[in-house]
Amino acid sequence: MKYGYYPGCSMERNAIAYHHSTMAVAGALDIELQEVEDWNCCGATEYFSLELLPAYALVGRNLALAANQSVNGNQLIAPCSACFLNLAKTDHYMSTSPDLADQVNEALAAGGLHYDPGSVKVRHLLDIVVNDVGFPAIAEKVTKPLYNLRVAPYYGCLIVRPGTQKSFDDPEYPTTMDTLMQTLGAEVVDFPLKAHCCGGHMTQISENVALEMIRRLLKNAADYEADVIVTLCPMCQLNLDAYQDSVNKLFGTNFNIPILYFTQLMGLAFGMRAVELGFGKEFVSATLALTKIGAEPPPKPKKKRPAKGELPMPAMPEEDNQ
Amino acid sequence: MSKEKIGVYVCHCGTNISGTVDVEEVSKWAGENLEKDGVVVSRDYKFMCSSLGQELIEADIKEQGLTRVVVAACSPHLHEQTFRTAVKRADLNPYLCEMVSIREQVSWVHTDKKIATEKSKSVIAGGVKRVAFHEELEPLQVPINEATLVVGGGIAGIQAALEIADSGFPVYMVEREPSIGGHMAKFDKTFPTLDCAACILTPKMVSVGDHPHINMYTYSEVEKVDGYVGNFTVTIRKKARYVDTDVCTGCGICEEKCPQKVIDDIFEAGLGYRKAVYRPFPQAVPKYPVIDTDNCIYFQRGKCKACQIFCPTEPNSIDFEQQDEIIEITVGNIILATGYDLFDARRVPQYGYGRLANVFTSLEFERMCNAAGPTNGEVVLRDGVTTPEAVAIVHCVGSRDRNYNNYCSVICCMQSLKFAHLVKERTGAEVYNFYIDMRTPFKDYDEFYQKVLEEGAHFIRGRVAEITDAARMPGEEGKLIIQAEDTLIGKQRRIPVDMVVLSAGLESRADAKEVAHKFGISCSTDEWFIEKHPKLDPVATMTEGVFIAGACQGPKDIPASVAQGAAAAARVLSRIQSKELALEPVRASVIEEKCSGCRICNNLCPFNAIIFHEDRMVTEINPALCQGCGTCVAACPSEAITGTQFSNEQILAQLEGLLMLDVEGGLVSMLEPEMA
Amino acid sequence: MATDPAAMRARAPTFFDEVVANTPGNPRLEMCIQCGTCGGSCPSGPDMDHTPRALFAMIEAGMKDAVLRSNSPWYCVSCYYCMVRCPQEVHITDLMYTLKRMAIQEGLYQESSAATAPEFSETFIDFVENYGRSFELGLATRYHLRHNPMGAMKMATSLGLGMLRKGRMELNPKRIKGIAQLKTILTKAKEIGGAA
Repeated sequence: MKYGYYPGCSMERNAIAYHHSTMAVAGALDIELQEVEDWNCCGATEYFSLELLPAYALVGRNLALAANQSVNGNQLIAPCSACFLNLAKTDHYMSTSPDLADQVNEALAAGGLHYDPGSVKVRHLLDIVVNDVGFPAIAEKVTKPLYNLRVAPYYGCLIVRPGTQKSFDDPEYPTTMDTLMQTLGAEVVDFPLKAHCCGGHMTQISENVALEMIRRLLKNAADYEADVIVTLCPMCQLNLDAYQDSVNKLFGTNFNIPILYFTQLMGLAFGMRAVELGFGKEFVSATLALTKIGAEPPPKPKKKRPAKGELPMPAMPEEDNQ
Repeated sequence: MSKEKIGVYVCHCGTNISGTVDVEEVSKWAGENLEKDGVVVSRDYKFMCSSLGQELIEADIKEQGLTRVVVAACSPHLHEQTFRTAVKRADLNPYLCEMVSIREQVSWVHTDKKIATEKSKSVIAGGVKRVAFHEELEPLQVPINEATLVVGGGIAGIQAALEIADSGFPVYMVEREPSIGGHMAKFDKTFPTLDCAACILTPKMVSVGDHPHINMYTYSEVEKVDGYVGNFTVTIRKKARYVDTDVCTGCGICEEKCPQKVIDDIFEAGLGYRKAVYRPFPQAVPKYPVIDTDNCIYFQRGKCKACQIFCPTEPNSIDFEQQDEIIEITVGNIILATGYDLFDARRVPQYGYGRLANVFTSLEFERMCNAAGPTNGEVVLRDGVTTPEAVAIVHCVGSRDRNYNNYCSVICCMQSLKFAHLVKERTGAEVYNFYIDMRTPFKDYDEFYQKVLEEGAHFIRGRVAEITDAARMPGEEGKLIIQAEDTLIGKQRRIPVDMVVLSAGLESRADAKEVAHKFGISCSTDEWFIEKHPKLDPVATMTEGVFIAGACQGPKDIPASVAQGAAAAARVLSRIQSKELALEPVRASVIEEKCSGCRICNNLCPFNAIIFHEDRMVTEINPALCQGCGTCVAACPSEAITGTQFSNEQILAQLEGLLMLDVEGGLVSMLEPEMA
Repeated sequence: MATDPAAMRARAPTFFDEVVANTPGNPRLEMCIQCGTCGGSCPSGPDMDHTPRALFAMIEAGMKDAVLRSNSPWYCVSCYYCMVRCPQEVHITDLMYTLKRMAIQEGLYQESSAATAPEFSETFIDFVENYGRSFELGLATRYHLRHNPMGAMKMATSLGLGMLRKGRMELNPKRIKGIAQLKTILTKAKEIGGAA
């Protein structure tokens, strides 16, 4: 399967681990990612705060370049949630507002480019892994299941909200990465704050506010006894990982939870070596946590008999999967 | 030169029409330019619908011997009846009066006065040319069968059935659950009087069960409806109870001895259990249990039969061989009172229902408070034993929300106040109500709010954003946190509580659309049944003979449901008393000689009014069911179907008139009448 | 027709009109029923001087000065919880971006407690406009040294060095080949105007 690929600025350095593991996993799953030629920064959450049209034009250049390359029905994959949102949002607003589309195209024309809204389908990397490759195909590639590893899937915000692509996953309670981790053999820790915000660039604006937001997430994952937190966005990974020490210092906590990318765990489960997958780049080392991976899956907990007088809970759809 | 004598009357409608249309000019134009089409008098008047306006028409008919009348005014929906009656008073057949709308279709939609005036002339010309082809018609009289079908045994259906039956006419009541009573039977107390729901409901239920004029079919559903107003043939499937109701005494031993416990999703809202052979609640009417074959050990695995073994009656009341019964009845009118479903709170993941143990829905909480419920009326947590110290009650769950249901569910604010009162009464816990607005409009409702304020419940004006167990600080551990903005202070607050009750909204029944289709009525976009007019006719539908009452028409409380049930009954009784119903003769009919039997029209009728005669290979249209929509008329390739009041001649004539002028007032070349 | 809404609105645009006009698509700000879901959902809500809901009430009341001086838009982390949960489908996050832009245009953000936030964005974008890619080291040095030298020193030793040591930060900015093309496009975009 071939896709257009928009790596985003972080993949080159900050999220180099994500980059290595994505390439390794893509190879194993026969996914060919063709990078958009000479792409530019998507502007993150910064440009929209300054000027509207230049912000759209900045993203528009990438969409125009991607459209010109037309790989696999003009699908464009972004591994970073913020890049994904910017690309999807620009395409969406250009589609629904012809005036905006005209203005953006007028700007693009000055650089000899043009973009027809709707001609590129923007998708997140997780989306193609779970939907196009599919869980059965992934299960087939698993040679070293991550038994015993308690993994807390952390989605962050921008992959599921605001949902210009409504079909991907639930904006409040996403589960695709949970199922992915289960497919890899791990113990999934369904912690309630899995789609809450990591703070984004708040670390630079008001550090205390940001550290509090990060603390909440780490505390919740720790309360649920997660061994690792798995992410799908470089910003989330950076905040939870690089600032974990600052959180501990400010709040007197002692969190020690490695923050990994989902592609890294996929690679491990596929039997690849940790060094190929960017391990070692994280601030909070994953080495200790990875030793927990066992050869056998843990025994399934016995279904508890309801205590006398206990009232039944409503049936939930997830129960059918177990 | 037409042989008819046509009177044209153009209404000013105050300034509604005359503000945009030059009414005097139009009237003058009609008198001069439509003379060859038969117009002998053309007048304009301030309010044609007034007595004086009507008298103008009547006088002209008598004095000038008018044979046709055209009134140019508002929409026929409003005053067609008025003018037809006026014309009738002057001894002219009412169907020789044609009304054209120059208000809704001209003055209310155009701002350019010139265009509006020219268009009015065209519209009137169309009316004048058409009315020449009108025929004298008489309304169709259909006889009304005295029996009535009431679908749904909730409070609205019960009220309707009792009113009709008390008047001495037979009623058939069909209810899909094993007992009548509906949602009201599940409640503990009702607002604002705090009456015990069962105490006020069960007397009515018993009256229905004992009533000599009511035939109750419980655990039954309507399969098919044929026929038309006054003469419906209804097929009912009476599902097998596997209990012989001629013998069963309702002693309840079978239920006691049954070893199979099942979660009761319907009556106990999933909070409690029942047996595989069960009665939904102790005061069930009728008293006979049913066997739930999906969970019965005998039906699933061939073992047990404890119910049969222990049944004391002679002969045995348990009959495993019982079959569904198909019953056909004939009724004259139908009242649908099928009620509502509760909004599924699992659709709002951020409220945690289904994942957080101590989040409950309103119906679950009602069952909890009910003395005959799973906790014997005690307010406790999901563990069944712990009394909560702080309870949050959340308004507007799934209502007033474009992400779920746009509308307000009407009863939730009052219900939430009731819950606050019940919690206070039974536990002394702190109560927090989270609301957007307080909706307490009816009699004694705001006084009830005052009462709950006096009891010390806390009211926070802020729609709940999240309910979570993710503690941020020590005081939150082990609690459910309600996160909401207290908008009256302007600050986000996190309130730790032990228990949350979600006032979930009301939705139409899951099968509302199929039911509507079965009975020949329509649903709105929210899938509530559509009434004939939301202000002036809330219990009738566009289908003659089918009425709606209660929550199936839209969310409402018990007093409103009772009122609607009684209203529907009154409408039905008036039909029964008149013995005959006059139907509009605007109907399609098949010219048999032209019908080729192709049957293209057969499946097109939205009112199931078309019958095909296999023996003669021709189609016939049932005049009582036909609503004159014209679909079949248009579809027939042989032009074998014609509509009274919508014949080809009438339509073509009207087109001729409409196309007489262009908007500048110039003459368009006249069209050949034979254009198709 | 007797009542013509277009005629009634033929008056000078209000602050409310300005905010709506500067937001892409139809933000539905007039549909706000002040329910407070946004203020209740916001992760940085407790730290804002006005919750998003309060801000919208102030916009409706025409309090331009107070709104654009507020720190609220700068504390918005773009998590979109508010927008996804809003029962009236108001495009709250998009409106927050609009308020940021307007606050910069009018220069009113200076007095809010997030006064440095716009400069962070400006510094970030400065690199993007000149290189086509973001440049964290440059951004951090320029921004933090200017506003928070002591804090910058502290961060440099722990976080900054850590990032460099792990090879997670570029020492030099990367430049795209088509930087001239990008610059032309952005200049044209600024010329056409900031609003949709």
